[in-house]
Amino acid sequence: MSSIAVPTAREPNFLATVLAVVRRHVLTVYSFLFFAYLLLPIAVVMIFSFNNPTGKFNYTWQGFTWDNWRYWDGVPGIRSAIFLSLEIAVVASVIATALGTMIALALVRYGFRGRATTNILIFLPLSTPEIVLGASLLTLFLNLSFVTFGFWTILIAHIMFCISFAVVTVKARLVGFDRHLEEAAMDLGANEWTTFRKVTLPLTAPAILAALLLCFAISIDDFVVTYFNSGSEVTFPLFVWGAARIGAPAQVNVIGTAIFVVALAAMLVNVVFQRRREVRA
Amino acid sequence: MAVDERIQQSLERAAESSGTPDIRLDRITKSFGDIIAVDDLSLEIPRGSFFALLGPSGCGKTTTLRMIGGFEEPTAGLIYLGEREVSGTPPYKRDVNTVFQSYALFPHLSIFENVAFGLRRKGTRGGNLKGKVEEMLDLVQLSGYGKRKPRQLSGGQQQRVALARALVNSPRVLLLDEPLGALDLKLRKEMQLFIKRLQHDVGITFIHVTHDQEEAMTMADRIAVMNEGQIEQLGTPDELYERPQTAFVASFLGISNLLTGAVAGPDEVRLEDGTTVRVRNGSLNGRKGRVAVGIRPEKIRPDDHDPNRLPGKVKERAYIGVSTQYIVETPNGNITVVVLNDRPGTVPLGPGDRLTLSWDPEATFVVDSLEGSA
Repeated sequence: MSSIAVPTAREPNFLATVLAVVRRHVLTVYSFLFFAYLLLPIAVVMIFSFNNPTGKFNYTWQGFTWDNWRYWDGVPGIRSAIFLSLEIAVVASVIATALGTMIALALVRYGFRGRATTNILIFLPLSTPEIVLGASLLTLFLNLSFVTFGFWTILIAHIMFCISFAVVTVKARLVGFDRHLEEAAMDLGANEWTTFRKVTLPLTAPAILAALLLCFAISIDDFVVTYFNSGSEVTFPLFVWGAARIGAPAQVNVIGTAIFVVALAAMLVNVVFQRRREVRA
Repeated sequence: MAVDERIQQSLERAAESSGTPDIRLDRITKSFGDIIAVDDLSLEIPRGSFFALLGPSGCGKTTTLRMIGGFEEPTAGLIYLGEREVSGTPPYKRDVNTVFQSYALFPHLSIFENVAFGLRRKGTRGGNLKGKVEEMLDLVQLSGYGKRKPRQLSGGQQQRVALARALVNSPRVLLLDEPLGALDLKLRKEMQLFIKRLQHDVGITFIHVTHDQEEAMTMADRIAVMNEGQIEQLGTPDELYERPQTAFVASFLGISNLLTGAVAGPDEVRLEDGTTVRVRNGSLNGRKGRVAVGIRPEKIRPDDHDPNRLPGKVKERAYIGVSTQYIVETPNGNITVVVLNDRPGTVPLGPGDRLTLSWDPEATFVVDSLEGSA
């Protein structure tokens, strides 16, 4: 770095000086640009949740107001959409994580016929474009004449694409799990269920929790697959989509901001908790 | 610590049965696919003994231990704990406890809860539980460590927690799977004596799996030397060392000089160069044809004092401190000789020096001559 400055020192040159400054700070500048790119849209969402739009459109800044937050469910349909999304996200993430944990245990622990195939099949939903998943699920449901579209079809779809994420997350933790710990528990008089409860589960809990949160996050904002399979039900993402076509109300920004803040808080709590554990260790 | 009480308990247990061995393996075989790990093995382990399964890696010793613990089921054969046959019985219903090579302490539980784990499963609660756990922590010299987590302890301390966690359940048999493998040499020596003393104090039968012959000889009353899934020889440490029955045992326990030759008469063997040597009375045991005569390095003298003699030339010398080790070239191959440095001022022999080696026929043993063993 310093050797580059030597030839230019003879004839101080404005351009060279600028270049040298840029070179020295290039990483800092790049980092700033990167975070601006990452965070600007979120900042816009937050700021416009306090906008006081005069017409239908919440696209230009008109003035500050608390009203959107005070009357967060003031738009017809938004309340039921949010509750439907929450309900589906909770149920889907719990079921998908439970199933995913069991699949991960089976895949890591037992050598069975077709294990390699199962491993690949588990990855398929992760690599298949969502639009294909959604459309083919719609075709499947249409062919099953007894199916009525709505809550159950959305739930089935969400569990389906969440399972893969849960399996991958829990599996990563189980791969490094010392089998002798379970043998030790059994050696000390714990039967299979007690061993699972007292040893396997507590040691796998961080991964299971991570899987749960991941599934929740994926489920609550899913649009594509839900759009195909929701029938007349409206989840929050579907509501936003519908509202945006005629002009999204500022309450959409309020909900978006609220979700972001909750996620951020959960993350911070997690970080603090992990730090504490490390300090105690 | 009521050591006397424990000895009393063990005496009571001994009195209860009529000399039934604690463990009996009846023609056990275990195969994993094409690989036979344990091959038609039978074994009895007497009550209260410190028993070692010794052998190189892959000889089936750990598999044998895991079958006793209930972690593997034998492909064929029966396992008895006392008078009860335990095939198909899961580990949690067997009256044995294991100290794992990796210790397998529960990382999410405190030292106290690790040791209490087995007692809690049996329904021990409250003051009784606390008393037993603390007594056991005291026995392994870890009182006051109860609140810590396993990762806050050193390797040697973790090892002792593993011992406490198993012993607190007063099992019929304690299984130790290479328990000292992860410790450094000095600590390993300390723990060998500690575990031996512990076994003596608690009076429980210990079965110890190891590949370290010195460790097995230091700790165990009886050793089964295993090779390729079978027991080569079973005996006390000195029996195995002084009178190995196979070339494998002779070379696995310490250094052996094996001189090949042919039986030339009662208690006489003619070596390859024509020299006739005498062997211990009866040690040929009816063998005919080719045999190998074994002599331990410390039993050979660098002079012609004893009746069996061989001429030789010093090839290498290594000063070890307490002794000096020579490699001597003879017409029957290289012979290792260890001479104790117990006389000050003795001028040592150097490479190239000629000498006569001699040994007492009583110091020899005879094994079958094997290809590749020399």
